Amino acid sequence: MAVSGIALFGFVLTHMLGNLKLYQGAEKLNAYAEWLREMGSPALPHSGALWLLRAGLIVAVVVHIVCAYQLTRINQKARPVGYKRRATIQATYASRTLRWGGVIILLFVLYHLGHLTFGQLHPDFVAGDVYNNVVVGFSVWWVSALYMVANLALGLHLYHGVWSLFQTLGVAAPRGGDWRRGIAAAFAFVVTVGNLSFPIAVLTGLVG
Amino acid sequence: MRLELRIWRQPRRDADGDFATYHVDASPDMSFLEMLDVLNETLTEAGDDPVAFEHDCREGICGSCSLMINGRAHGPEPGTATCQLHMRKFRDGDVIRIEPWRSAAFPVLKDLVVDRSDFDKIIQAGGYISINTGSAPDANLIPVPKRSADLAMDAAECIGCGACVAQCPNGAAQLFTAAKVSHLALLPQGQAERDQRVLRMVAEMERAFGSCTNYGECEVVCPKGISIEFIARMNRDYLKASLRAGSGRPKGSG
Repeated sequence: MAVSGIALFGFVLTHMLGNLKLYQGAEKLNAYAEWLREMGSPALPHSGALWLLRAGLIVAVVVHIVCAYQLTRINQKARPVGYKRRATIQATYASRTLRWGGVIILLFVLYHLGHLTFGQLHPDFVAGDVYNNVVVGFSVWWVSALYMVANLALGLHLYHGVWSLFQTLGVAAPRGGDWRRGIAAAFAFVVTVGNLSFPIAVLTGLVG
Repeated sequence: MRLELRIWRQPRRDADGDFATYHVDASPDMSFLEMLDVLNETLTEAGDDPVAFEHDCREGICGSCSLMINGRAHGPEPGTATCQLHMRKFRDGDVIRIEPWRSAAFPVLKDLVVDRSDFDKIIQAGGYISINTGSAPDANLIPVPKRSADLAMDAAECIGCGACVAQCPNGAAQLFTAAKVSHLALLPQGQAERDQRVLRMVAEMERAFGSCTNYGECEVVCPKGISIEFIARMNRDYLKASLRAGSGRPKGSG
């Protein structure tokens, strides 16, 4: 979970940072999108480097999901007879919603690929004109709402995930002075706020 | 104070069980187990089967008592085992639900008594140091840094009661195993078998229990306040040992 998680954290962070070019206008954003396809050229064919990165990402996603599924099954079997009553004492909301949050994120990613990457679910998709696709896509209020809900789920997932990976990989911190919580919160906050800003900017007319 | 108890009753290991409701008059000065003793006296006098529950030292150090009280292992008082929980923590008229530890690894033997042998198997897998016995060595013959000694003692406080497994939504035994791995790994005497210890104990733990997803519920119910910091320590030890074992040079492989 932790190792594939690190790859996915790297992705969501760079994805958010790259998308900030939305605020520099159509030309810069579309040029950035084109550069992603031209990366590695001429050593690699058009979109070659991009697809290599995507392949790595797909492997990370599959590993992450398979591990999560196996872990969930192991843990379900570990308590065949449940309690009539079991209190939740200090487990965070993020930790308790991790599994269903992950399912929400997966469904969202599938929608997002069809919406802004490949365009089948987009009302007016123009290949290469990322700026236009984003502005037109987010102008529909319920699409923006969907993106915002999914990104809040992502934020919670990241908060528990980043903290957990320190724990899993053996980076200890004393109780009371747990600096890993701060790092996890900061990372989740930056990614979530960045991602939420895009639909909000389109809906409020800041970008368009 | 008059209390209503809803207690899990199960006659045998593989029998069906259910909750039974009892009323008991208790004093706020009684311990929780003394309150159950009062109930059992009443049941015995009436010719009924008394409620089976585990207890031994009643001083909070043996780890025998094991009750899930209102959904919380060892009850509402932090840092205590059930035997050190007193009835003054409850109010007159309270309804108290009492359940056994629930885990595939801890089958119910009778009522509130569970079989915790799978903890013993984790210890048997490596929770020891192999030394030749003889006369007791002189004190301070092996220097131990103060910080290591303190941390090792914090880990060694674990009394193996199983509250961590009972409270964990995953039924994971990471806190127990981490405490047992860490208290030896922190001391010079534990170094020779350090790698094989963590590898074997974790393997045994994974065979019988669920797995940690970092909820952190275990450390709050631990009567000895063992921190999940030790789980991170165990994970680090496990990673290092796996790498060394993979390269054919594990510590203490002899």
